[in-house]
Amino acid sequence: MQLALFILVSALTLGGALGVVATRNVVHAALFLLLSLLGVAGVYLLLFAEFLALVQVLIYGGAVTIVVLFAVMLTRSSEYPRISDNRQWPLALLVALAVAAVLGTAFWVAPQVDAQPQAPVFTGLAASLFTKWALPFEIASLVLLVALIGAIIIARTPAASDADEPAADGGR
Amino acid sequence: MVPLLYFQLLGAALFGIGLYGVLARRSAVLIVLSIELMLNAVNINLIAAASYLNGTGRFEAFDGQIIAIFVITVAAAEVGLAFAIILRMYRNRGTVNVDEINVLRG
Repeated sequence: MQLALFILVSALTLGGALGVVATRNVVHAALFLLLSLLGVAGVYLLLFAEFLALVQVLIYGGAVTIVVLFAVMLTRSSEYPRISDNRQWPLALLVALAVAAVLGTAFWVAPQVDAQPQAPVFTGLAASLFTKWALPFEIASLVLLVALIGAIIIARTPAASDADEPAADGGR
Repeated sequence: MVPLLYFQLLGAALFGIGLYGVLARRSAVLIVLSIELMLNAVNINLIAAASYLNGTGRFEAFDGQIIAIFVITVAAAEVGLAFAIILRMYRNRGTVNVDEINVLRG
């Protein structure tokens, strides 16, 4: 049963990922990415990481896909159907296969654990996040804030007058 | 039960697919999408290790999941910044094809 579910979600994940790198249509690639990320959420559920599965669906399934679709619309990437692969794609395929083979071999020859996945007590996640990992948590919020401000400053339309420029520099 | 190795091999395969996308695609949007695939491959490995090694004493209970949360946070920030840069690139150069963005070429 578990194995069947694992095969299902990994087929979803890998199929979506192959769609992302193989399709010529950028909108289709974004939708294939959504499929793949939902498959990853299924993998998290199989590993008893329910909170992570929920976060995955909310952030990747919701926010990231919307941002990608906005970027596709605003840059009109779909009007360039011939932007697909560059000339180096056989080399890229070789490198990607080699890296995947090295990683897979490393996992294969590593000593196997005979443990079973187990669901830890769920409240421990919050306790650990806000005690042991409190400082990284605060830094992560700072990172998000800086990224948000930076994205606004980079992407905004140029100001009509130069009077706005010192304010923009102060914002950085 | 599914052995830990299967999850690790899934992560390795997903990482390889994402790496191929980063190296072979020409559209900057598609390159960012492929980076997302690679980040998810790393998250699969982290959470699988956290889930299987929990209780064996080699891993504290939630460390893997919490690192995965941080990876997701940074990935979200990265997507926002990357698309802001792509938008600016499109506005200045009129293209998102990375082969044509060569102003820094010596």
